[in-house]
Amino acid sequence: MKALFDFMDKNIAPLFEKGGKFERLYPLFEAGDTFNRTPGDVTPSAPHVRDSIDQKRLMIFVIYALVPCILFGIWNAGNQFNIANNVEDATLMTDLLRGSAMVLPIIFVSYLVGGLWEVLFALVRRHEINEGFLVTGMLFPLTLAPTIPLWQVAIGISFGIVIGKEIFGGVGYNILNPALTARAFLFFAYPAQISGDTVWVGSAKTTLDNNLFFGTVAENIDGVTRATPLAVAAAAEKGTDAIAALGNAGYDWVNMTLGNIPGSIGSTSVIAIVLGLGFLIATGIASWRVIFSGIIGCAVMGALFTALGLDNAFSQIPFYYHLIMGGFLFGIVFMATDPVSCSATNTGKIIYGFMIGALTVLIRVANPAYPEGAMLAILFMNVMAPLIDHFVVQAHIKKRTSYARALNNA
Amino acid sequence: MASAAKKLLMDPFSDNNPITVQVLGICSALAVTVKVDTAIVMTLALTSVLTLSNLIISVLRNVIPSGIRMIVEMAVIASLVIIADQLLRAYLFDISKQLSVFVGLIITNCIVMGRAEAFALQNPPKDSLLDGLGNGLGYGIILIAVASIREFFGFGSWLGFKALPENYMGNGLVLLAPGAFIILGLLIWGQRTISKYVED
Repeated sequence: MKALFDFMDKNIAPLFEKGGKFERLYPLFEAGDTFNRTPGDVTPSAPHVRDSIDQKRLMIFVIYALVPCILFGIWNAGNQFNIANNVEDATLMTDLLRGSAMVLPIIFVSYLVGGLWEVLFALVRRHEINEGFLVTGMLFPLTLAPTIPLWQVAIGISFGIVIGKEIFGGVGYNILNPALTARAFLFFAYPAQISGDTVWVGSAKTTLDNNLFFGTVAENIDGVTRATPLAVAAAAEKGTDAIAALGNAGYDWVNMTLGNIPGSIGSTSVIAIVLGLGFLIATGIASWRVIFSGIIGCAVMGALFTALGLDNAFSQIPFYYHLIMGGFLFGIVFMATDPVSCSATNTGKIIYGFMIGALTVLIRVANPAYPEGAMLAILFMNVMAPLIDHFVVQAHIKKRTSYARALNNA
Repeated sequence: MASAAKKLLMDPFSDNNPITVQVLGICSALAVTVKVDTAIVMTLALTSVLTLSNLIISVLRNVIPSGIRMIVEMAVIASLVIIADQLLRAYLFDISKQLSVFVGLIITNCIVMGRAEAFALQNPPKDSLLDGLGNGLGYGIILIAVASIREFFGFGSWLGFKALPENYMGNGLVLLAPGAFIILGLLIWGQRTISKYVED
């Protein structure tokens, strides 16, 4: 190994460094180099060192945390497909294969197209390729419906990367979470493919035909209509019991926790998300302040609505349903904790998380046009995060100043 | 054309564009640009109001008492806008319906008032006329550019003609006001990258 590194340093690296033949392509070389080995030029002095982690390791850890969601999402997409299309000889294997055939192309397109933009901007602006994209490119597909057309994935991620991130100057300068920006773009641009009742489960007609690997589909059907729990709860008539409506549609808290229900690819299973959450908290990657205050905010707002006793059926479901339904948990764990777009101060993080939770429930219950509020709540609080920080810092300064005055006067 | 006059007329198209450089008249640029035909009509309405108001105010500039100049300017602009509005209702009723209040709101369009205050009050009629025409068309060119992008991607057509195949799936975002805002931002980005203009 050492010989290989020496060879790289001596013979390959100079070609790309200043004055070298391929100087313009330095970002590409740098990305490949530091992706494979820890760079030698780390900050050695005291105030900057927290532990041995650097940004690349940090982003890779988020990907590790996402693995349960990815695997479960793949299985679930295939499983939902096979149930809905009456696949006769479905097994765990055919579920996984079918799910892979649906989900992997989405992930591939997201990485490919997003990566092209990333490299283009890095080359034009002559900065290094940023590893934040590894996470964005994976988070985005997990928030989509498994039947999303691939061309929409391509424009969505392009919008997220260019408008959500690069025009502000790249990673570290963006106001909004790029993956959610990409999803919001698709949500408003092509609502028919990302919301409604017909997009969450693939059908034999819209995805793949029968064959050896995927099992036998008894007959091709036009499409599968299956409302998500949030849509069912939002559609419940005034004064009726939303829990009963959920039960009639085949949803209870057990399968909403397990996640074997229709929904966005990565966000249906509470268990998979909690596995990732545990990993992120244990490694100190994600801010527990954001996550837990978010969960509390969601619960408090849900309980508040229940206590108000409105005749809006959605508002009357117990608060813990809000925690396990839809994309809230996925959003608060993986999206809201984005270190760039969340609040920077510790107090700010608590306010920011709490507001995301509270706004999610408010949008879900009060706005019939958007059964899921998590995406809009996080984007809104992304915008507000610098303001929260400003007030937190001002309050701190005020406190310190009055303390200093009191000392002087004493 | 003399170079000074040419500069008056051409400057608003790029270096001193009312929308992309001065960032004025944004509200109507978002509101009337869903389709190209409304954008063109709006451009014509605003350009004629702006040209004529600049001309009239410039002619009157030496007799307007400075204490009430805003009121006089307002009176001139409002009269012109009412005429424009009535003409549209008479001859282009459908488009006038689509433009709804936005023709009336030309009165409050910052470009009209801005040019009257900043230019027409200090300059002779001929220059003011050219300045009004240039600014109106400079506004219009951005309006039509935004509308072209929105109509093309939103409906797959341009000026009502199908530009894309029948099964093209319209992009709903560009039809919403935030979509127009983003397109406008991209145009400003593009223009400033080319002209190397930097905000002080």
